[in-house]
Amino acid sequence: MSATRTVDAPLVPPSGGQGLGEVFRRRYLLRLLVRREISARYQGSFLGFLWSYINPLSQFFIYWFVIGLVMGLHKDVQNFAIHMFTGIIVVHFFTETFNAGTRSIVRNKALVKKMAMPREMFPVASMLVSGFHVLPQLVILLGVCLLYGWTPTVLGMCALVLALLVIAILGTALALLFSAANVFFRDFGQLVTILTNFVRFGVPMIYPYSMVHERFHGHTEIYLANPIAQAVLLMQRAFWVGTTDDPDKTIVEHMPDHLFTRGLISVGVCLVLLAIAQWVFSRLENKIPERL
Amino acid sequence: MSEAIVVDEVSKSFTMQYHRTMKQMAVAMTKGQDLREQFLALDKVSFTVEQGESIGLMGLNGSGKSTLLKLVNGIMRPDSGSVLTRGRIAGLIATGAGFHPQLSGRENIYLNAAVLGMSEAETNRKFDDIVEFAQVGKFLDTEVGHYSSGMFARLGFAVAVHVDSDIFLVDEVLAVGDKPFKKKCIEKMQEIRAEGRTMFYVSHAPGSVRKMCDRVIVLENGRVGFDGDVVQGIRYLKYDSSDEGLPEDEQTDDELGSDV
Repeated sequence: MSATRTVDAPLVPPSGGQGLGEVFRRRYLLRLLVRREISARYQGSFLGFLWSYINPLSQFFIYWFVIGLVMGLHKDVQNFAIHMFTGIIVVHFFTETFNAGTRSIVRNKALVKKMAMPREMFPVASMLVSGFHVLPQLVILLGVCLLYGWTPTVLGMCALVLALLVIAILGTALALLFSAANVFFRDFGQLVTILTNFVRFGVPMIYPYSMVHERFHGHTEIYLANPIAQAVLLMQRAFWVGTTDDPDKTIVEHMPDHLFTRGLISVGVCLVLLAIAQWVFSRLENKIPERL
Repeated sequence: MSEAIVVDEVSKSFTMQYHRTMKQMAVAMTKGQDLREQFLALDKVSFTVEQGESIGLMGLNGSGKSTLLKLVNGIMRPDSGSVLTRGRIAGLIATGAGFHPQLSGRENIYLNAAVLGMSEAETNRKFDDIVEFAQVGKFLDTEVGHYSSGMFARLGFAVAVHVDSDIFLVDEVLAVGDKPFKKKCIEKMQEIRAEGRTMFYVSHAPGSVRKMCDRVIVLENGRVGFDGDVVQGIRYLKYDSSDEGLPEDEQTDDELGSDV
């Protein structure tokens, strides 16, 4: 009595494609998740979306007051406020990705446990949401820089792209690793808070790179091996350098040599890290639904 | 005829962890207790479902039905053996499958449809039908977290039945719906069956299984205890003696019997 229905599809495992590739193949779903996340992050709060400005701005004023006014770094570094704000944007992008990404799978329990979908979706969506919040901050930065007589340069824009790439890839890699690990031991969520503290002080944000160079007598290899520090420097190369009186002199004084080569290497290193993170994630993933 | 679902020698075990914190583990180790134990939920389960067949999956609580359904749905992967399916799968694994409580009904419909593999255009096209079927009315833009459990389940069911799927899974969704909605669900499921889609129906209610399915698989402690004719399967489970079952079950059965 039932009609015959022919299905052309091949016989495949129902868990289907997994991995980052599958995430980008299902862009529509990713877009919905990102949109949901954006509207849900500040849901129920009166100021809503404004919080994404208030948070970095408050940080900015704290540092500006303590480091700039109290400790007097204003004098040594020209346009110290811009120097710092470029750093804050990068660091904020990273810590938001890391924090939200780590909690993403546990927070989306309901979906993870009941629907078949690539679970990489959640950390990736967290990264994109954090990236979305970078945009308004960039607009503020751009406005201020233009007031200081900054003009865009091709090299500067390359630096910007490199900086954002480094953070996006590194953030996704760490979010993948920690989101899976967080399912098994919630300790990883705590660990992230501590790690993000290190990040704030491990980058040339509240102090200029030239200071590190001086203290370590030029032996800054380990300091520069930190991709986040690289990203901050690249970001400063893109914006802060152009606002100083003599950009060429600033580059010599405050930027490490081979900045762009180092930046490209950082992207490469982060990609390797991402591959490792994906490998680990795939191995842990099987046990995720039952351990949530 | 071609196979729709091939389950081959599938095993799945769960790790039961007794102690989670370092302190508990240390205490347990000094006392010589087990830190964890493996629990075999499915033990070398094999069967094949042909395209268009309607299977009733039965068994007592804890016999592995839900685990098997999760494997077929692709939420979990087997430890050993293989599960293969053909075509798009939709269905309901427990009620309100994967709704986000903070989102409105409307947003959840789109999200849920996307997870089930529908495109935006497809969802737009079916949106009115889904809303109509779910009967959430003016609550469409209310957060799903504030829905009653019946509304929650209705919305979930509405999305799932409107996905153009080749395999349809049902896991005891009808338990929360009221009588008119149950009737609608049964009609819809009959429709799905009549279209020649493969159906995989988990139930404790012999009446609805008898109406809905043309083959029964009974799981017993993670193994296939019976695979074959519906009436025999129900008898195998001793579910056919009408006065033994739970009163609620029987009531459901009567309704289902009279409706279809």
